[in-house]
Amino acid sequence: MTGLAISGWRIAMTRLAIVAIVLAAWEALAASGLLFRDVVPSLVAIVQALWRLLGNPDFYANLGITGAEIGMALLIGGFAGLAAGILLGANRFLSRAYEALVYYLGPTPKIIFFPVMIMWFGVGTGSKIAMGVVSCFFPIAISAASGMRQIDRVLIRVGRSFRASAWQMVSKIYLPAMRAPLVNGIRLGLGVAIIGTLLAETKLSNRGIGYLIIQAYSTFDMPRMYALLIVLFVLSIGANAIISRLGAAKSPRAA
Amino acid sequence: MSGTTLAASRSAARVVGVVTVLAAVALVELAIRGGAINRFIVPLPSEILLAIPRIIVDENVLHRFWQTTQEILWASLLLAVVGIPLGLLLYRVRILRLACETWVAALAAAPIVLTYPLFLVIFGRSATTIVMIGFAAGVAPVILKTIEGLVSTRKVLTDVGRSFRLSPAQQFWKILLPAALPSVFVGMKLGLIFAMINIVGIEFLINFGGLGQLINELAERYDLPGTYGAICFVVLTSIVFFDVTERLERWLRPIE
Repeated sequence: MTGLAISGWRIAMTRLAIVAIVLAAWEALAASGLLFRDVVPSLVAIVQALWRLLGNPDFYANLGITGAEIGMALLIGGFAGLAAGILLGANRFLSRAYEALVYYLGPTPKIIFFPVMIMWFGVGTGSKIAMGVVSCFFPIAISAASGMRQIDRVLIRVGRSFRASAWQMVSKIYLPAMRAPLVNGIRLGLGVAIIGTLLAETKLSNRGIGYLIIQAYSTFDMPRMYALLIVLFVLSIGANAIISRLGAAKSPRAA
Repeated sequence: MSGTTLAASRSAARVVGVVTVLAAVALVELAIRGGAINRFIVPLPSEILLAIPRIIVDENVLHRFWQTTQEILWASLLLAVVGIPLGLLLYRVRILRLACETWVAALAAAPIVLTYPLFLVIFGRSATTIVMIGFAAGVAPVILKTIEGLVSTRKVLTDVGRSFRLSPAQQFWKILLPAALPSVFVGMKLGLIFAMINIVGIEFLINFGGLGQLINELAERYDLPGTYGAICFVVLTSIVFFDVTERLERWLRPIE
């Protein structure tokens, strides 16, 4: 199978062909009138909306708010998750006592906690940040715990024999040694923090990208909604790719 | 000997875990009764516990549970019928896989659920919207894991098939598919969990359907113990669902 090398050029051409077919099918569907008018707007309308959106200072203000919420959520949830993960990974008793809790609460739908978060942190940015924190805590904690357990025992013994303090153990041994799983956890955490924060914004808010999306929906401005979703997808897939590259770069001893 | 002490320490740890949770709940109860926590923000845990039987009877939870289960079943059917064949297609047509696999992986990382207003426009505020979002959220891991399973079929197995001069169909049904099944099951499990999370979430967001809507309704009525109780109920249900899919996957996976 591997003997049949396919050149990069052919792959690029295939990709181009797929994109062209999808775009042509889209345009045909838009022109056909099979779906309700504007559900599938013409590509021209979407590109125009995208252009208007990117030239609108209001959009950047909302993007800044959502970005700050997600950043804050990742900071709080990330540190909490990292601390919990290191504790669970370092201590077998703690892990047996509490890890099941983290493991089983991880894959529950977090957005259902939103009414509670509104009561605790208000209807403003606080409840959105809280949703992001609740979302990203679990994947980061689980990855950090499993990363801790994968650390070479020799490294830990070296640290101990140098009488490293707890903080030195964390900063000099644990964190560098569990970098790859940790970065993966942060990548997953960012993904769910984006979802948690933005879903909360679509449910109840008056600012942020989630609010803009739901506003475009309620005014049935479909080209604008597509434009917003495209920007959102590009940004989140891009952020994801950057983080996974950070994890892959300069880790020659990963194996 | 050491086995029994190990088991003893393991169960001791579990007991500590459960006791901690109960102690935390008791502490919250005391803090609320003592006035340290506002009971109009956090209701008494005992009230929440009492609210659970009430919402189960009054809010028709069994029926809602069945509605959500049906949505999950439809989404899982779609995942199997669409996701697995798509994985197979990408495996078979190598140029397609080389061109698209990174796209599918990017899709797996994309916040698909945020396109729900789009689904609302296309399918209306209906169970179809919920099922389709569940499917869209879970399809990428099914495709990726199906490809992974097929690609990693050991060469010696396909060689045996070739030496028996199996037809391509036989090669697929007798060798490739059985060899890929463990990975396909992992993909289905992941897809199902994503589908479940998103289905309940969307029910809550669009206020339609089963268990997710229950939370939204109780919150809008400002029935605090009810809201907290319903959240506990949904969390417990999703934990059970998660546990069942894990066990099912382990049970279906042949011994390696």
